[in-house]
Amino acid sequence: MTASSENALKERQFKIVGTRPLRPDGIDKVTGRARFGADMTAPGMLIGKVLRSPHAHARIRGIDASKALALAGVKAVVTHADFSKVGADLDDVSCNVMARDKALYDGHAVAAVAAVSGAVAAKALRLIDVSYEILPHVTDVEAAMGADAPVLHEDMFTSGIRPKPDRASNVVHRHEFGHGDVAQGFEQADVVVERHFTTAATHQGYIEPHACLGSVGPDGQGELWCCTQGHFYVRNACAAMLGMDLSHLRVTASEIGGGFGGKTTVFIEPVALALSRKAGRPVKVVMSREEVFRASGPTSSTAMTVKIGATRDGRITAAEAELKFQGGAFAGSPVDLGAMTAFACYDLKNVKTVAYDVVANRPKQAAYRAPGAPMAAFAVEGVMDELAGKIGMDPIALRLKNAAEAGTQSSYGPKFGPIGFVETLVAAREHAHYSAPLGPHQGRGVASGFWFNFGGQTCVSLNLHADGSVALAVGTPDIGGSRASMGQMAAEELGIDYDKIHTIIADTSSLGYNDISEGSRVTFSTGLATIQAARDAITKLCGRAAQFWGIPEDAVVWEDGHARPAGANAGDFEPLSLAEIAATAAKTGGPIAGHCEISAEGAGVSFATHIVDAEVDPETGRAQILRYTVVQDAGKAIHPSYVEGQYQGGAVQGIGWALNEEYIYGDDGRLQNPSFLDYRIPVASDLPMIDTVIVEVPNPGHPYGVRGVGETSIVPPLAAVANAVSAAAGVRLTELPLSPPRVLEAIDGMAAEDEA
Amino acid sequence: MAPITVTTTINGEAVSYLCEGDETLLDVLRDRLGLTGAKEGCSTGDCGACSVVLDGRVVCSCLVLGAEAAGREIETIEGMADGETLHPLQEKFIEHAALQCGVCTPGILVAAQVLLARNPSPSEEEVRFGLAGNLCRCTGYDKIVRAVLDAADTMRDGQ
Amino acid sequence: MRYEAPENIETAVKLLAGETGNARVLAGGTDLLVQLRLGHVEPDLVVDIKRIAGLQAITAEDGGFRIGAAVSGAQLGEHDGVRALWPGVVEAVGLIGSTQVQGRASIGGNLCNASPAADAVPALVAAGAVATIAGPDGRREVAVENFATGPGRTVLAAAEIVESILLPARAPGSSDAYLRFIPRSEMDIAVVGAGISLTMAGSGKCSGARVALGAVAERVLLVEEAGEALTGTNLDDRALSRMGDAVAAACRPIDDKRGTKVFRTKVARVLAIRAAKIALERAGRA
Repeated sequence: MTASSENALKERQFKIVGTRPLRPDGIDKVTGRARFGADMTAPGMLIGKVLRSPHAHARIRGIDASKALALAGVKAVVTHADFSKVGADLDDVSCNVMARDKALYDGHAVAAVAAVSGAVAAKALRLIDVSYEILPHVTDVEAAMGADAPVLHEDMFTSGIRPKPDRASNVVHRHEFGHGDVAQGFEQADVVVERHFTTAATHQGYIEPHACLGSVGPDGQGELWCCTQGHFYVRNACAAMLGMDLSHLRVTASEIGGGFGGKTTVFIEPVALALSRKAGRPVKVVMSREEVFRASGPTSSTAMTVKIGATRDGRITAAEAELKFQGGAFAGSPVDLGAMTAFACYDLKNVKTVAYDVVANRPKQAAYRAPGAPMAAFAVEGVMDELAGKIGMDPIALRLKNAAEAGTQSSYGPKFGPIGFVETLVAAREHAHYSAPLGPHQGRGVASGFWFNFGGQTCVSLNLHADGSVALAVGTPDIGGSRASMGQMAAEELGIDYDKIHTIIADTSSLGYNDISEGSRVTFSTGLATIQAARDAITKLCGRAAQFWGIPEDAVVWEDGHARPAGANAGDFEPLSLAEIAATAAKTGGPIAGHCEISAEGAGVSFATHIVDAEVDPETGRAQILRYTVVQDAGKAIHPSYVEGQYQGGAVQGIGWALNEEYIYGDDGRLQNPSFLDYRIPVASDLPMIDTVIVEVPNPGHPYGVRGVGETSIVPPLAAVANAVSAAAGVRLTELPLSPPRVLEAIDGMAAEDEA
Repeated sequence: MAPITVTTTINGEAVSYLCEGDETLLDVLRDRLGLTGAKEGCSTGDCGACSVVLDGRVVCSCLVLGAEAAGREIETIEGMADGETLHPLQEKFIEHAALQCGVCTPGILVAAQVLLARNPSPSEEEVRFGLAGNLCRCTGYDKIVRAVLDAADTMRDGQ
Repeated sequence: MRYEAPENIETAVKLLAGETGNARVLAGGTDLLVQLRLGHVEPDLVVDIKRIAGLQAITAEDGGFRIGAAVSGAQLGEHDGVRALWPGVVEAVGLIGSTQVQGRASIGGNLCNASPAADAVPALVAAGAVATIAGPDGRREVAVENFATGPGRTVLAAAEIVESILLPARAPGSSDAYLRFIPRSEMDIAVVGAGISLTMAGSGKCSGARVALGAVAERVLLVEEAGEALTGTNLDDRALSRMGDAVAAACRPIDDKRGTKVFRTKVARVLAIRAAKIALERAGRA
């Protein structure tokens, strides 16, 4: 894209994009009518429940379900033997859905029951006799890497190291990213800061537990209703695990009560279908909150070392990080994404990151909003903060001095196109928050963050009705108001009122494959597809008008929702509105629809800078967030209210992660806090208002300049909060969460040191 | 054990149902009466998604037995709007984009309605503490608090 | 599970006495229903005491107040008389759970659940409250500090029910306060709780004080040494510090998911001193 077209994008005037229309699902959601995962029923429906391992690591010697099957009202029991063998891409997913020879974590599913009621199903679970041989377990990431750690998978040999290891271990792989010569870079540094950091595993904490209703008939046709971020993925995974044709399983996405990455895989959905197939009746499975914590997909716990060197005037000469993430019982922690994003904010000559993916006896991690990036940013931005202090430089000035810009070679490889990092830093520096006075025991923290944003497979269908209204069918579940933003983009492009567009999430049999709603891809990819589908429809509308007027198609243009002759030479005809053309479609060639099937390319990376003020009670170690400001580049905000909502929600999830949230395992390998009582997500009274600044540096890869906004907002807060609390406490804190006992210990430790 | 017959009032209408002794009011509302607006987020009283009004007080319906409801007055999210006319809180929630996924929304609206009935002019802090029993994971609460405060203004002006 | 909701205490006691299986009393249900749901208890009989006359009443008695066992936190918080006389007890009960829980959770239930971390109990112990227990052999009275014997264990015999709790009259210049420590601002179980009740004589000296601690032992503790450290003083820094030392010495907490031994002990001292200052300030107005 040329500079002039970039400017054109910046200066483009929109009619509907950038306004704040009411969301189409609003009334259903404020009146209780919206149907979420657990709200669906079917005639003859059974209730399914899952038996879960109480052991962190155990060999399953046998499962005897005869007593359960003998209980009145029990209609089916399934174990791993009831699922088909799947390909390598789904093998871990399948084994996570139902344990085979070993239970690999506290909560791992080992069997399931369908019965006429939840009470009968619960009773039946207690009658299933599982013979376990308890094995030694490991839950800590660094302990899992130890030479004497119990090995989860006898066939796991670390890849990415030479020579190839001759012993199985819990280290899945070692990957390295970067460029330049860090050793030489550190030699040029005047100041070097190196720190070790740890973060606890956290959970996405969506309020709606996983829920589904599955039905498989004797003809092998199946239907599934479930809350998911990606019903096409669910269909593929379930069909594979049940040995069904993809076309024989129709999956409908319910309203989704939060996901944040945690509903991008399958847990109970294949189980409900397998139970239904065996029982011959529809089966509903709803996880309890305890099951959600024990057996869905929390994020990794981590151990990280970061070292950054700089000259006295603040130029970074070298940066290095070693990241170790445990991703639960199977390969696939987001450590590579952590390593790739760690230094992405900066323009570095010498940078190296090393990533270790590790397995441990915990539930298989699932994506959590910018997977891997918040932890890496916590470590890197903590060292940046300390570095700024050591050289006596303002922390934003230090970041500005080293900020990545268009043309910078990123630490993970590619060169950046137009990006908005500097703009976020400048906006943060100029925000009134940054210069507001602080009281005693208060501290201010700043941190920045980066996320890629993704594109991916997308398919959209746009049907024009005879009355001029438009049905837009998309295949990406609406996880943050996307039905509103899609409607806005379609209305903008077609030149009609927003109210004329009705956007639905189509089921898997009504549209082609769509990737999951993840990676902040929906507004970008589905938006791009919506715009292209609208343009496809416009071409057809112009064709019908041309036919009507008897002029060539290319003599018709589309402006303000009307077909018009392209100029005086084209003829003198009254413009035809979309509604007028649609009304006569039956006579001019039949229904008019626009389509788009793409693998969306051109996603735009985004950056954010957060400012936070915290106060610490020096006698108890309790930290309170006093003020919070999010500055983030959206590219283009389609619906600013929902962009702000993403900024605020990400920031607050990050605050929870920083202050109180953590998976606590006992010595027995069992999760100690599988409830909202002791897994402490922020409540309303913990927080101030979350101020937002939307920076708009357009992404040239999208017709309106959209970047993703959903994930970048959770990248800086762990670091920003830790920097603020460290400043308030007067001691550098490097372990999350910043729970009061930990903060008080650090304060008292420092006081003891001072006395000595 | 024979199920218990319960007669009660829900959203102003007399209702009778059968339930088991250990069945919660939330189970009754959702599974027996088809009132699925109240959501089960935790079943331990920690999330507030199942909030309903019981004799004028907001409660977690997961912590009430169905049998206890006999002779009481229950109000749920389904009874909040007056036909096609939304309650000011409902309108303000949509207007302020105070919901994202919307699963906590019914419980928050019910709790906010009782909050404003008892305190028509709450401060921001009072709204935050009053709604501390309603978890929301999407919004960071900012727009929820603004919507409640704005609805309070509207409701006072309307009187 | 059988559900019964008798209208007088004698019937309730009879129902409990007649049950051969596992019987439980239901007041607000905010503990019992959670235990039911998690499968921690499977009662054959639940006796709901909320329909018993008097159990949801607050009545003035000899200058103090008798609180029915099923009185909810919300009801207590709305009672001006109790709020004026025993503000520390009211604030302690008011800290139990959310608004939703406040509408249900009862003062009697908080006592009978016998959690070492119960918020109401340290304040009641500091207040010198007395529980009236009804049972098959009639009624008896037990000082609240002697009620719990360990986590989830109490002095209640089979078929006994806590009927009411008496908050006694106060001398002029008396007040109380309760503070707890939680990581969040709401919705958590106390990591440490400290209740204090004191009387300041006309001389400006403390003529008596009771200090009670939650979540630092297997049950709520009355720390007599801490009260004694304040008695006869004007609550100057030295006296407060000595009181804090007595509090710290009495703590015998455990390490668990909510806090460490060291943390609980340190914070108990801090909270007791802060609560004493609040009680002193209130006593000046009382």
